[in-house]
Amino acid sequence: MENDAKHNSENLSRRGFAAAAAGAATWILTSCGPKRLYEVPKDRLRTKISELEQRYQQRYHEHINVADTQPMAGVEYAYALDLSRCIGCRRCVYACVAENNQSRDPQIQWIRVLSMEKEKGVDLAHADPYYNPPEVPEEGHFYMPVQCQHCENPPCTKVCPTAATWKERDGIVVIDYDWCIGCRYCMAACPYGARHFNWAEPEIPTAEINPNTHYLGNRPRTKGVVEKCTFCIQRTRTGRYPACEEVCPVGARKFGNLLDAGSEIRYIIEHKRVFVLKEDLNTVPRFFYFYAT
Amino acid sequence: MPLDTSVDTIRLFSGFTRGSLRLMLRGNRAYWTWLAVLGALILSGILAYVDQVRTGLALTAMRDQVSWGFYIGNFTFLVGVAAAAVVLVIPAYIYNWKPIREIVIYGELLAISAILMCLMFVMVDIGRPDRFWHLIPGIGYLNFPRSVLAWDVLVLNIYFVVNFVVATHILYRAFHGRHYIKRLVVPLVLFSIPMAVGIHTVTAFLYNGLAARPYWNSSILAPQFLASAFCSGPAILLVVMQLLRRFTRFEIQDQAIWKIAELMAYAMFLNLFLHGAEAFKEFYSSTEHLLYTRYWYLGLGGHHTLVPYAWSAVALNILAFAIFIVPAVRRNWIALNIGCLATYAGVYIEKGMGLIIPGLTPDTLGEIYEYYPTVTELRVAAGIFAVGFLVFTLMLKVAVPISLGEFLGRENEHRLETVPVPAAAGD
Repeated sequence: MENDAKHNSENLSRRGFAAAAAGAATWILTSCGPKRLYEVPKDRLRTKISELEQRYQQRYHEHINVADTQPMAGVEYAYALDLSRCIGCRRCVYACVAENNQSRDPQIQWIRVLSMEKEKGVDLAHADPYYNPPEVPEEGHFYMPVQCQHCENPPCTKVCPTAATWKERDGIVVIDYDWCIGCRYCMAACPYGARHFNWAEPEIPTAEINPNTHYLGNRPRTKGVVEKCTFCIQRTRTGRYPACEEVCPVGARKFGNLLDAGSEIRYIIEHKRVFVLKEDLNTVPRFFYFYAT
Repeated sequence: MPLDTSVDTIRLFSGFTRGSLRLMLRGNRAYWTWLAVLGALILSGILAYVDQVRTGLALTAMRDQVSWGFYIGNFTFLVGVAAAAVVLVIPAYIYNWKPIREIVIYGELLAISAILMCLMFVMVDIGRPDRFWHLIPGIGYLNFPRSVLAWDVLVLNIYFVVNFVVATHILYRAFHGRHYIKRLVVPLVLFSIPMAVGIHTVTAFLYNGLAARPYWNSSILAPQFLASAFCSGPAILLVVMQLLRRFTRFEIQDQAIWKIAELMAYAMFLNLFLHGAEAFKEFYSSTEHLLYTRYWYLGLGGHHTLVPYAWSAVALNILAFAIFIVPAVRRNWIALNIGCLATYAGVYIEKGMGLIIPGLTPDTLGEIYEYYPTVTELRVAAGIFAVGFLVFTLMLKVAVPISLGEFLGRENEHRLETVPVPAAAGD
């Protein structure tokens, strides 16, 4: 009997300890650990963001501003690209890399410009992303830059097992880099090759870091997570144009508010022959291609 | 009183655990050599994985163009093994066919090891393994029911738990010389049958649901997954059974082995038929979606890395079918084992690399990046297989003597008598 009682109490205290430990672990993970940015309440968001800024300060020894600009009411963004103007100079690619703090080594580029033969038309099977002639445009070729199409019906967000990626109210598809586990299911689901993975620790020379960032956009990432074009969320939510649009030397890129009947983007959609990539997949891209001339 | 019973249970269970450990530590030279080989492979895998965690997945051959590779291929293959091992339960329970019934427990142990390997292959593939808890509902967030991957996480874990509970319960009871609790085991075993079909269907849907990848976006994928799984799972079991029969007192009738071989022939026929149907549709209609199938079987514009694998898989599968379909041939032990190896290798190729790589090549914008696993990937994968084999070996080491009745917890029985019965102790 005595023996039993001793066993019981031992057992009880051991159980108690295990329960307490499990409880403590859960508490640490739920209250102190990072939560999805998607559901962080607005008052806590600022605290979380200043934590992020401190983290970046330690890492880059420079103040990196992380904005939390929210979507503007009555705004849904759309993009249009004039294939008859694009000369394939890739200035958009490099402006994007600089603006959005993409890794220089290994190289990550959110925009891929495909060189296509005029004879074949838009034919991905014969597209060449590595064209490197002494001069562009090349005779008989045209160029098709491809980036995130910010689909109305994005196949990538649906598949994410942790819901670390979603579409914002203004139509921008974003990723929570602190919640992504790096399974790359979204990359398999994206029909446009728009999602890029940090295969190694991203490296950017400190002097080249763009310190104006957004928590859902161009803030620095770590290895092992996915990233993508955000229509330059840090710029466009404050009324500016995306970097790729601004840098284009031939004015092939157009950007604007789909809900504004007087906008340039609406004019293009209503008056030009526009098309979207892989229309049959019903992703309903907000990125239109057209031929102005 | 519940507490007293729990004390007894703990005592009985620790007896079972200690007994199992003692069994695992007992073995001849071959046993220890085998364990040493597995240990070396595991060590090499761990070292490679540490490197991979430190540097990033850049140490693999995966890139943005081919964002899944060898790891996910192995994962897919092993889900099939796990599913099929338990589906052998169907004839055992539906037809009450005793020769197979005896080996069901080994199917379950194989399923446990296979699922364990599956989970490890997923873990080594993700970019941020430190964040895996993001998937756990409650502390993290599981995107259920929208993400098929969330479904897969759920069904694989449930399947693992069910098989683990059933196998452990049966062995634990047998160890103490008691019959398993029918009310617990029969429903769980019956439940594990649709679960086995479920884990494989859900894994097929994982790929199937992606419209961006025409090679996977074909409704034949799930049936074909099941068909090929019913080839590869039993192929491993057949070899294991022959080894058991040879090295232990365990008796398995020839009848059981031949019957399973016959079932494999039908499954292989179905597998080949479904592949043929898919190839016909692709080649005859010859749309732009043919590219992926063409890359696998014929190569594309000077890129032929996978072509030899594609045709080896076809040849091995046909060979296996030929062996298993002719009764006289499948009763020849040498032919039977060649058939098992051919099945295993054929399905491994078509279900691993043959499913993942052509699905992603050319990529969605038409680029061809030729994927071929790096040494790091091979070492990590070998390490995971070694863990799986190790777990399976150790479980067999315990399960075989217990189910043969050679090893019982006599000390525990003795101790049970001295412990007052729960009711008396409570008062």
